[in-house]
Amino acid sequence: MTSLTFPDCAIPISNRVHWIGAFDPLLRSFDLILKTANGTTYNAYLVRGQQGVAIIDTVKEEFAEEFFKRLESVANYDEITLIVLNHLEPDHTGALPELLKRAPQAYLYISHQAQSMLKGLLKLDEKQLQFKPVTTGDHVDLGDCTLEFFHTPYLHWPDTQCTYLREEKLLFSGDVFGCHFCDARLFNDLVGDFRFSFDYYYAHIMRPFKKYVLDALTLLEPLALDLIAPTHGPVLRDQPRRYLQHYRTLSTPRKEVVDKTLLIFYISAYGNTARMAHAIYQGASTVTGLRVSIFDLQGGEVEPFVDLIEEADGIVLGTPTINGDAVKPIWDLLSSLAVVNLKGKVGAAFGSYGWTGEAVNMIESRLRGLKLRVPVPGLRIKLIPTEEELATCQTFGQQLAETMTQKQAVRELDFSQI
Amino acid sequence: MSKAQLTFSDIDVTVTVPAGVRVIEISEKVGSGIVYGCREGDCGTCLMQVLEGWNNLSSPSVLEDKILRELMAGKHYRLACQAQVLGDVVVKPA
Repeated sequence: MTSLTFPDCAIPISNRVHWIGAFDPLLRSFDLILKTANGTTYNAYLVRGQQGVAIIDTVKEEFAEEFFKRLESVANYDEITLIVLNHLEPDHTGALPELLKRAPQAYLYISHQAQSMLKGLLKLDEKQLQFKPVTTGDHVDLGDCTLEFFHTPYLHWPDTQCTYLREEKLLFSGDVFGCHFCDARLFNDLVGDFRFSFDYYYAHIMRPFKKYVLDALTLLEPLALDLIAPTHGPVLRDQPRRYLQHYRTLSTPRKEVVDKTLLIFYISAYGNTARMAHAIYQGASTVTGLRVSIFDLQGGEVEPFVDLIEEADGIVLGTPTINGDAVKPIWDLLSSLAVVNLKGKVGAAFGSYGWTGEAVNMIESRLRGLKLRVPVPGLRIKLIPTEEELATCQTFGQQLAETMTQKQAVRELDFSQI
Repeated sequence: MSKAQLTFSDIDVTVTVPAGVRVIEISEKVGSGIVYGCREGDCGTCLMQVLEGWNNLSSPSVLEDKILRELMAGKHYRLACQAQVLGDVVVKPA
């Protein structure tokens, strides 16, 4: 429980803008994947222009009444001319259906990629919805002020965008620069220490989309900024630019190695998969321009391996088949990779088996599911590898390495060969 | 059965395929960098660029066309899970 009193009216954050969101101090787990030690906030905002009122995002459905109460403290529903949805996830659109009932005249401004999601959320026919898809360069006039839109996809959904109120140098950033931190004092210079929450949020929500973060920063950095108003956590009015710089630091690759990198992870019950792993390691190491590393999963923690994989160009996973499946440490590693971007990395699988040998195919499917490309078919060897089979493992490693360093010759294949 | 050449320029692989196959049926098997999400033309993950032979792919369905518009994709972009190869084409991940 919290000892602070949460105000139940709208909170002014600038001349034209009020915070009309909701406090959720008791939340302890968000979206199943994040711990929220002191809850969160769902931030929504109201912008009053001379020619109308704009609502920027809404709140989670169960907090709708709190949101409407705050909204009603500063505006009437018939004044609302438009609603901007920077991100359509239900924690920001939960109150939208009711808001549309109360302000049916309002026009929705969403990104192009949000269109199908909007229909999925509201379950309404296109003709029943008044919406305008917008992108970078588009703006909407509120009389004495203007809302400008910035296309910032994948932060952290395909639909995400940012909205800028130039007259107040205020950026409505959506989930970007947000965090799960609930403090009634709302502003970053007044609330408790939220540095951990800010970095934790980035690590779980934005980290898989670092490339898109950097693209978005390139768009947002030139803006004059007095205030950043995200959809979760404190409103950033003290040194807002510091948060852009921090995002840039967090999103810039740390990589110091010039060569491409290939990581081999294996786990072995009787040493057979380990023997294969070392032969693959030898084979891959014969190719120049590639730095190859080998790790026994029994000797390491998953988290540092995830960091390594994030910056690697390829991974090879070796697992025996036990009871018709790959073993748990391999699945644990794979299930921990959701926080990093794997798209386009090279993946491969191998393993020794005694009886049925399903594990390799399963791992290959999972690698494809994680959006890696699997250019060399997996390698399975029954029980103890012979010298000849170990030579096959070396060739497998070499082929992978050549694929990654683009030393493989142009190939022409027939449908029957694949 | 008529044949066509499907080339993945990102990995320099050309496959001779029977006309009518979808790009998805081949690209994963040869390890092209085209990656897939829903595999049914809804998510747009498998957007690919068609470098040559644009007219040698099946026409986009109404649904594919809608997704391509939402992605603001250019004229020579298609979804690899939907496009069928009818003649020689060269593609790469978008």
